Amino acid sequence: MSGGASFEFRFDDETIHAEEGQSIGAALIAAGHRSWRSTRIEGAPRGLFCGIGVCFDCLVTVNGRPNRRACLMEAMPGDQVRTQEGAGRGDLSC
Amino acid sequence: MAGSNRSPDVVVIGAGVVGAACAYYCSLAGLSVTVIERGAIGGGTTSACEGNILLSDKEPGPELDLALLSSRLWEEIAGEMGAERLEYESKGGVVVAASAAGADGLRRLTAAQRGAGVEAVDVSYGEVTELEPNITRDVVSGAYYPQDSQVQPVLATARLLQHARARGVTVLTGTEVTGFWRDARGALIGVETNSAEAPVIRAGRVVNAAGTWSGQLSELAGAPVPVLPRKGFILVTEPLPRVIRHKVYSADYVANVASGEAGLESSVVVEGTRAGTVLIGASRERVGFDRSMSLPVLRRLAAQAIAVFPFLAEVALLRSYLGFRPYCPDHLPVIGADPRAPGLLHATGHEGAGIGLSAATGHLIAQVVAGTEPDLDLTPFRPDRFEEAIG
Repeated sequence: MSGGASFEFRFDDETIHAEEGQSIGAALIAAGHRSWRSTRIEGAPRGLFCGIGVCFDCLVTVNGRPNRRACLMEAMPGDQVRTQEGAGRGDLSC
Repeated sequence: MAGSNRSPDVVVIGAGVVGAACAYYCSLAGLSVTVIERGAIGGGTTSACEGNILLSDKEPGPELDLALLSSRLWEEIAGEMGAERLEYESKGGVVVAASAAGADGLRRLTAAQRGAGVEAVDVSYGEVTELEPNITRDVVSGAYYPQDSQVQPVLATARLLQHARARGVTVLTGTEVTGFWRDARGALIGVETNSAEAPVIRAGRVVNAAGTWSGQLSELAGAPVPVLPRKGFILVTEPLPRVIRHKVYSADYVANVASGEAGLESSVVVEGTRAGTVLIGASRERVGFDRSMSLPVLRRLAAQAIAVFPFLAEVALLRSYLGFRPYCPDHLPVIGADPRAPGLLHATGHEGAGIGLSAATGHLIAQVVAGTEPDLDLTPFRPDRFEEAIG
């Protein structure tokens, strides 16, 4: 049951439609995306697995902050969501 | 299971890292050994620590001598087994001082440690930031300890036992010692267990390597040693790329390790792991075997870690874990034969340094059992020293 306002956010170079209260993960799945992260070692694709905040598989970079759980984060109008490479902290690597 | 070895030369109680090292070195010396463990291999404090093999946190004295011997033995073990197989990493330690007074104290410590044979290099602010590019700029100076290293503790324990088994050692897990057998003169001649398959195991020597629980066991044997639990929390961050190169800690840590304070103490030790997570230890509290979570302690550790590595403020914690470090009132381990109970030896009381000190402990226990001259004078570690202190 929805009925809330719909809005848009950005996923890489794409515009994603979401409804109020929807998680980023749910909106991405509804838009046909199954993965939005690559693993740290093998570079394998990852998206929703448990969908309830336990497995940390669906990590994604949201508004510049890496390792957000897409299944728990409510989508907000204007969010900038980006595919995450590995740990998403390459800037700190030394 | 019980067939080949009903009466081994040595029964080792406890399959943590210390018991495993005792089995490893006793079997290397040609002795037959049975290890008895009430839970799983490495299931106690061994699986609730960081795997440190440190020289940097020890002042000159018997414990540093033990650590120097153990550091050499771990290097030898890693060379023989292959460092990868126990995740042995000789990554080095960096200690930082945040004040002029701290820097003076650290320089005095390194000078004394160098005199005792430790490689301890005084480093400037600039050198600290080269060693650790992500470290806080609020550092006065530091010290670099190239010999500090680590293993994955449960893996290392399993490898020691794997090699011991290849030499014929029997390991009985899920088996608890429920009593001791003595002969008419009071000497220990074996143990009783709760196992239907091996209810009694006779042995020439019994080694108490039950870690934090060895105090209770020593009472059961009629030769008490005061080993008590000291609780420590460790925080685990989300996986990161390599952001921290060494074991990094504040100069306060050395003071805390040697402290006799009963209340909460914490001084931070931060390091990366092969899995990518960063470990942040370690608090120390004397609260018995209380497993409850303490948010204030976790907050304090996190704040101290952020003070050393400011980027951690933006990093998420995945979890925390806690362990009970086996400590003695004088903060020295108990290693050697117990004159109050002939046949009984202790290998316990290593507090937060059990992984590091285990190799030397096992080696020395094997020398005592085999009747050869121990590489170190065991007088400071003797089991009956606490009775003398009481008078």
